[in-house]
Formats: sequence, C-alpha cells, structure tokens
Amino acid sequence: MLELSIHRRQGCFNVDVDLAAGGGVTALYGPSGSGKTSVISMVAGLSRPDFGRIKVEDRVLFDSEAKIDVPPEKRRLGYVFQEARLFPHLDVRANLTFGMNRVPHAERHLSLGDVVEVLGIGGLLARRPAGLSGGEKQRVAIGRALLASPRILLMDEPLAALDPGRKAELLPFIARMAQRFALPILYVSHAMDEVLRLADTLVLMDNGHVAAAGPAEEILSRADLRHLTGHGEAGAVIQARVAYHDDNHGITGLSFAGGTLLAGRIDVAPGTLVRLRIHARDVVLATEAPTHVSVRNVLAGRVVSVTPGPGHIVDVMLDCNGAVIWSQITSLAQAHLRLTEGMRAFALLKAVTVAREDIADRS
Amino acid sequence: MFALTPLEIEALHLSLLVSGWAVAGSLPFGIACAWILARCEFYGKTLFDGLIHLPLVLPPVVVGYFLLVLLGRRGPVGAWLYDWFGITLAFTWKGAAIASAVISFPLMVRAIRLSLEGVDRGLEQAARTLGCGPLRTFFTVTLPLVAPGVLTGVILGFARSLSEFGATITFVSNIPGETRTLPIALYALTQVPGGDEAAMRLCAISVVVAFAALLTAEILARRVQARLRS
Repeated sequence: MLELSIHRRQGCFNVDVDLAAGGGVTALYGPSGSGKTSVISMVAGLSRPDFGRIKVEDRVLFDSEAKIDVPPEKRRLGYVFQEARLFPHLDVRANLTFGMNRVPHAERHLSLGDVVEVLGIGGLLARRPAGLSGGEKQRVAIGRALLASPRILLMDEPLAALDPGRKAELLPFIARMAQRFALPILYVSHAMDEVLRLADTLVLMDNGHVAAAGPAEEILSRADLRHLTGHGEAGAVIQARVAYHDDNHGITGLSFAGGTLLAGRIDVAPGTLVRLRIHARDVVLATEAPTHVSVRNVLAGRVVSVTPGPGHIVDVMLDCNGAVIWSQITSLAQAHLRLTEGMRAFALLKAVTVAREDIADRS
Repeated sequence: MFALTPLEIEALHLSLLVSGWAVAGSLPFGIACAWILARCEFYGKTLFDGLIHLPLVLPPVVVGYFLLVLLGRRGPVGAWLYDWFGITLAFTWKGAAIASAVISFPLMVRAIRLSLEGVDRGLEQAARTLGCGPLRTFFTVTLPLVAPGVLTGVILGFARSLSEFGATITFVSNIPGETRTLPIALYALTQVPGGDEAAMRLCAISVVVAFAALLTAEILARRVQARLRS
C-alpha cells in the first residue's frame, strides 16, 4: 500500500525512515519530536524529502532520483490535521464537499450520505465551523478528507487537541470509519490508548528513525522495546473475545488462548473481539496454585524468560497456553521463589486491575 | 436649495467615475503586490516595498508631474500608447483615474497585505491536500479569508481617490466635464470672487459622499466578519 524510504535533514535533526505499510491502520507511535509528523507531511507532499522515494499503491509520488515530485493536490491522499483546519468561510456541508467536488464522479468511492451517517454529523451540515465543538470539528475534518476519495488516509494526532471526554467520544468514530470504508490509514499518535484501540500495525519512531515495526500485539509485548512503548505501560497485549457478562457481580468474562479472564464489567456485546492490555506491574507470580485468595484470575503457564531490568526489577515472561503474559517483580521476589526459565508458574491478576481503558473494542 | 446644479452633478459624476475606475483598475494589481509582499522573500524586496509606498510620502504634485512626463502625448509610454492604440491619457478623465490609482495604491496594498499575513497557512495546506492547485486554493480559500482586508483596501483607495487633487491637476489639469472632479471644482471656485456659497455646497457634497463610503464599508465589513465567526 505505502512504501517509504525518505531522508530529510531539519536543522540538526535527521528524519530517516524506511517503511512499508499494508492495509488497515498503521500507527506511527513515538514521543513528541521523534519525526512522526515530518513523515506524514512528506507523504502528503507538504514538505519535501532531501532524497528518497514515496510510493502509494502502484503510484510513485516522490522519487529524488527519477525527479518525480507529485504536488499535494494530485496525490489523492486524505489528511486529517491535529487542529481540524476547517474553512471558516464555508458551512459544514461546503467543507465536506470541498475536496469531493475536485474528484471526477466515476472516481468517488464514498457518498456524502454514508460519511455523514458514520460520523454522525447530519445535524451539523448547515452550521459554520466556528460554532462547532472540538470533537465535531474533527469529525467534519475526517469526513472532508474521506469524501475526497483518497487512496490512503493520513491522520496526524487527530485527537491530541481534544479533552479526554471528547477523545473518548471520537475514538469509536475513527475505529468504525476505518472498518466501514476499508481504507488504509497512517495514524500518527503519542497516546497509547489510541494505538491500542486502532493500530493493526505499529511503527515505533525514535529520534527520526523507525525503531521497530510489526503487528501491534507483538510490538507492544516485546520487552526490548519498553523504553519506547513506556515502562509504566509495560505488559502484554492479547486478543480476547467477550464470553459473558455477570451483572450480579459487575464482571465480564473474556476468553483468550490462556483461558478465561475476569475483568470489570464493560459495555461490549458478548462475542465481540477485544484487545486487552495486561500491565506487567499488575501481575503477581506464584509457583504453586494459590487457594483462598481474592484474586479471581489464576493463569497457569511456564516461565519463558527472566530478564533483569533497571532498578532491581525483573521482567518475567510467561507462556500461558500460547498467550504471552508479562510480570514485573522485584529481584528479591525472584530470588525467594528461585524463578528460572522453564519453571511452571501461575500468573495472578485481580479482576479490578483490568481497567476499562485497557480493553479496546476491535470488532 | 438641495437640488444640485448641473455643475455640481457633473463634478460629482466625474469624481465617482474616476474613483470607481481607479479602484477597480488597480485592485488586481493591489492584490498581486500585497501577495508578493506578504508571501515572497526575494532580493530587492525592500526596494520593491519602498517603490510601492513612494506615492504615499511624495508630494502628489511630484507624482502628477512624473505621470505627465511618462504618460503625456510625447512621453515614452504615452507616445507609444497613442501611436499604437490611439489612447490619450493626459488631460482626460482616464488620466485622472490613473493618477488617483497611483496615489491610493499604497493604502490599498497595505490593507490587503496585513490581512494576507493573518491568514492561517494551514488552511491553504488543507486545500492543497483536498485537490486544489495553488491558484484554485488562492481563489477558493485565501481570497475569501482576506475579503475584509480587500474591502478595507477598496474603501481606503476609493476615499483617497475622491480626495485626490495634486497629482490630478498636475497630470490632467482642470477641464470642465472631463477632469474637473469635486476637489478641483472646489478649488476653482475658491479662486473666483463670489464663489463662496457654491464652494460651501461642494464641501457639503464631499462630506456626504465620503461619509457614505465609510458607512458602506463599515456595514459590509461587519457582515463579512459575522459570516466568518458564526
């Protein structure tokens, strides 16, 4: 879908990115100043690489050797900016159709009605951008980009300027839009919850370079990338399915490869596929199956690796019937339990620590 | 008492005609120059800026004389215009329009330039990613956004043209029915004995016209602003 090999020097900062993104949502994740926005703006043609090549589907958009540099208006890429950038002199409808009107009828693959429905902006059409809330503006901006029938959608931290409430309100729209219109999306973010919720493929950016790229679950579970994915965020990311709800106790059962996991009640229909993050610091280890404990989740597994981390913390990787669970324990605890690779162990996880924001609807 | 005399009607008509054409004719150039000053960096930009602002600081008589030398029937440009197109500018109302346009040009450019500098370039980038080339982006996004500035520029230019005297009288003289605009007619009246009452009447007309122009500008500007805000 998207193939990048670009180099650009910005002052004393170098952006050097080689990247191939497929369908679905590819998240470009990294701290501020890691070069994420530079990459996306070069793809859009708003800034120019010093040298390199950019290819979307079968079309070369930039090639410094072949002297190809397609201007932004001919690239047919949708761009959703951090600030919505709606045209203040046009009403919402005119904003939405602004790009659409430049696309020949035969090449329009989305209809105004569909986009308006999915984004829930039907009631806003006659209004002007100045009167919209931040979340509404961003939905209109997404709709405007979609209606230009782009080959790929570029989203530059579209939720970063919104307060948590608006953000929670907009995330489902983006997730739904990504599925409904089956459009490849390059999503720039420095917020883990967005990545968890949306990313199929994850590209970790560090200081202008790609540090790692691959399926999101795999990258987020890797211990060697914790300095980039965040130590506090360290843990396993697993796919699970909502098995049942127990309304008497406010519990939702989630089935995954390692068994069934109980979590606090979530509002997702049974059968729904979810992505679940289990923080390593929340996982307690035992070498024998405990009895008479309050912990509801006891997962049997085998120790795969024991890696000393910074500050007398030991990262332990457990294989629970094919599902990887990480645990962070003190070196003292490791010494007492004499935990070594290959041992049988149990991962203990309180249902209340599986928080709602760690479970992302992926259906 | 309030009925206008033929002389007054003639002067008023000429003033509006000359000012209208001065503004209409110079507007595209004004927008272009404002855009260049607001957006481009090039060697000699300060000189270019100074050249545009020169009529603002020069005595209008100097500008008028310069126009006469350049565009007069025997001037380098004037002779060429006459030989090839049969156009005469000196001592015609067209010449008066050109004199007014040159004098009011800096005011117009300043207003538009200020407005252009305030435009969010991000909106233009957004338009580009939505399939608009630079020219279409300018006309569909940039220009509507600077409409208040353009309006201010137009009104300032129009008002300055109405009051134009020095360059006009030097370049196109005082010809009844051709170049005798309100200020020139007024000046002529003050030079003859017993012209006081007629001069006062012309003063009153000038005030009314100028005030009407300012009021119209204010109302239009408010409307445009309201459109952008709500």
